[in-house]
Amino acid sequence: MADSLALLWRQYRFERHLFWRNPSAAFFNFLLPLIFLALFGAIVSGKRHELDVIVPGIAGMSVMATTFTALAYNLTFLREQGVLKRMRGTPLPSGIYLGGLALNAVTNAAIQIAIVVLAGRIFFGLGWPPDGLELVVFVALGVLCFATLGVALSHAIPNFESAPAVVNAVFVPVILISGVFFDVKHVPSFLRDIAQALPLDHLITGLSGGLVAHHGGLSSHLTGLWVLAIWTVVGASVAVRGFSWEAHRG
Amino acid sequence: MMSEPAIEVRDLRKSYGELEAVRGIDFSVQRGEIYGMLGPNGAGKTSTVEILEGYRQRSSGTVSVLGHDPQTRPLALRQRVGIVLQSSGIYSQVRVREVVTHFAGFYPHPRDVDEVVELVGLTDKRDERARRLSGGQRRRLDLALALIGDPELIFLDEPTTGFDPAARRTAWQTIRSLKDLGKTVLLTTHYLDEAQELADRVAIVKGGQILAEGSPAQLGVGGGSRYRVAYVRDGEPVIHQTDDPTSLLHELTAAALARGEQLEGLSVTRPSLEEVYLELTADG
Repeated sequence: MADSLALLWRQYRFERHLFWRNPSAAFFNFLLPLIFLALFGAIVSGKRHELDVIVPGIAGMSVMATTFTALAYNLTFLREQGVLKRMRGTPLPSGIYLGGLALNAVTNAAIQIAIVVLAGRIFFGLGWPPDGLELVVFVALGVLCFATLGVALSHAIPNFESAPAVVNAVFVPVILISGVFFDVKHVPSFLRDIAQALPLDHLITGLSGGLVAHHGGLSSHLTGLWVLAIWTVVGASVAVRGFSWEAHRG
Repeated sequence: MMSEPAIEVRDLRKSYGELEAVRGIDFSVQRGEIYGMLGPNGAGKTSTVEILEGYRQRSSGTVSVLGHDPQTRPLALRQRVGIVLQSSGIYSQVRVREVVTHFAGFYPHPRDVDEVVELVGLTDKRDERARRLSGGQRRRLDLALALIGDPELIFLDEPTTGFDPAARRTAWQTIRSLKDLGKTVLLTTHYLDEAQELADRVAIVKGGQILAEGSPAQLGVGGGSRYRVAYVRDGEPVIHQTDDPTSLLHELTAAALARGEQLEGLSVTRPSLEEVYLELTADG
């Protein structure tokens, strides 16, 4: 057990090290939410109500981008490049290797949430998160949910060239209907229903409670927690069952 | 006591749906031996090797690698085996020495990192990022990563494909040095000269079966092929095949002298592994 943890820590450090080695990856990871915050902050020009929508929205988008999008991309790339297959041939246990990749994504999610919180406070005068517990629970569950879904989606991506198209075909519509950039009250009801069945909308609602408005604590978000949990189970089962260590030829 | 073979394969079969890629292969590889599997693309070499490496499940037959069944991917086996896949990637941003050092941490008794980097000839490039390496250098990094755990058995799947002739010679030196270290090597290749240069024994594989097996010399001379006598007459090449080159040469030279001609470009070649190979693997 201690050995496994030491190996996992070592693998995680290696992934982090390589992450920082690639400045453009770091840029997109950490500057993008800031750019979005700045842009939308300027657009709504500091209207409190609008900011309360946008800050949790961008936090939710950050969770999805760092886990779902990043893992779907990375796994497709590593699989196609043959890195996964090479790692599979070493004595490093597969679970530890994949755990290192996942923890790397989780770290980026945590850093982005911290950036959003700090930027909201510094630039828009938002307070510290009113409900830390709710924030932590939703970030943790959101990360878990979107990480499993990202791994699951990577099975459906035929090759790395098609990865951006496939990932964005999911990411962009989900972001739009889940109220990242505007209050979902203005969205037609059939789109609302779809968004309600998907995890991001519930994640944003939960983050909203944690970040900007103290609604009624975790107990007021039971439906959201359930939806996230169900998607996590679905994502995990597809991720594990469909997992392939090498690209299918042809 | 005779030590058990490093690899023992009996009636190995592998099907992918309708396609039977491996159709009853038997062979064993002794410890300290370089065993070559030679065959055209699609012969079933890689399927066989990937079963031995633990990447694929066999359809039937028995397989033992260092006393283990590779299908269950035991940790104890993975610690004692080094694998160079036909193609495999590496993180593009990683530096040579850095990734070899990282991989060393996976093994209980790794070799010295600088020594391995030196062995594969990448000392000059040890701080270079992987993406800046040439194809041949990346292949040498593959070898370094396979050797860092000080494996007893090394799988090399087409290790020099795409190399220029000089790089191949260097790679061959490195592979020979593995034998000097007492390692067992299973090599697949579609280059005849590579099998001839490196392998103690060669299996010629086609259509998922072993068509012939033996040392390169045995396969060449004893393989049923004949000596070849060739020369040029009136600008056209003339080639004779014979089991008795002495009498044939006597006849040819006597006739040429009688006509007052030279036998231009006269050559007598022993049947090489190449000819046996081409004969065995010819279509039809």
